[in-house]
Amino acid sequence: MTTLDQVAGGEPVRVVRLNATGGERIRLLDLGFVPGTVVQRLQTSPLGDPAAFAVRSTVIALRREQSQNIEVEPCPR
Amino acid sequence: MNLAHSGEACKSCVIGNKAEFQRFGLDTTGADAVVALAGNPNTGKTTLFNALTGLRMHVGNWPGKTVVRATGGFRVRQRKYKLVDLPGTYSLLSNSPDEEAARDFLLFGQPDVTVVVCDATALERNLSLVLQVLEITERVVIALNLMDEAKRRGIEVDDRSLARDLGVPVVATAARSNQGIGNLLETIDGVSQDKMGRRTVRHVRYGAEVERALEPLVKELTTSFPGLPNARWVALRLLEGDPSIVREVKEGTLGLASHGLEVAAS
Repeated sequence: MTTLDQVAGGEPVRVVRLNATGGERIRLLDLGFVPGTVVQRLQTSPLGDPAAFAVRSTVIALRREQSQNIEVEPCPR
Repeated sequence: MNLAHSGEACKSCVIGNKAEFQRFGLDTTGADAVVALAGNPNTGKTTLFNALTGLRMHVGNWPGKTVVRATGGFRVRQRKYKLVDLPGTYSLLSNSPDEEAARDFLLFGQPDVTVVVCDATALERNLSLVLQVLEITERVVIALNLMDEAKRRGIEVDDRSLARDLGVPVVATAARSNQGIGNLLETIDGVSQDKMGRRTVRHVRYGAEVERALEPLVKELTTSFPGLPNARWVALRLLEGDPSIVREVKEGTLGLASHGLEVAAS
């Protein structure tokens, strides 16, 4: 299964499930990473971490340890 | 308008809550009501704060926190209002210190009116906090801010339907250009005096199993913390295992402000 940290820039994907529990899971949901949501990587910092994602009409930066908990599937435009 | 509630007014008015607000480092001397400004980060909360207070703001600190908070005042006719600008928050469930400060003030500080500032260009992501606030407090006004920006982007927001669906007043504003501020002031004034029809908190039902688990918890919480506002909300967090709430219940420090109220009232 692909996770969000593996997705290339510009490619829209859909959130399938979150592999996080407790506060970490709540945080991701609060930020808009809800299953079914379309997400797109916008920018990656020079060292590859963190990266910025377009999600529900805003831009959110995630560390890799967060984005690798988000399972995604391809989302045809 | 519901006159049957008039007997309850004293419970929620500032005079009764004065000790409580002072606990938060907020001096409410001379104010008739306290208004909290809540909302996601970057929704123009502070711009709105400045528009409402005419830039008469000073900066304060939450006791024990490093988070900066601003308070200011405004007046509608004879009524004086104290306005509290809370840190931006996506949720009442999160655990960063500034989000906790905003949460504790809304839950246990019991402002007379809570204004939830929403970004009209990204309404979808703002409504999550709106629903959470509607779950814990009765007097809410939605400020649909950045309406000028929404218009520029061709986004139309049906504020009347939104108000009907949420059951609270929705006021369109563009704080940057001072649009809608007069209307917002009037609406806050009306809601604070229950002139717009008081609503009840919107409890989400979580199904038979959760409701069964909640009942004894709520009972025990209200026994251990007499006068605790939002015991149901606290019980839900306990079921979730929210670390900060679990700790506060264990230490008996939960909603300390409401205990201050009890002492003041007796």
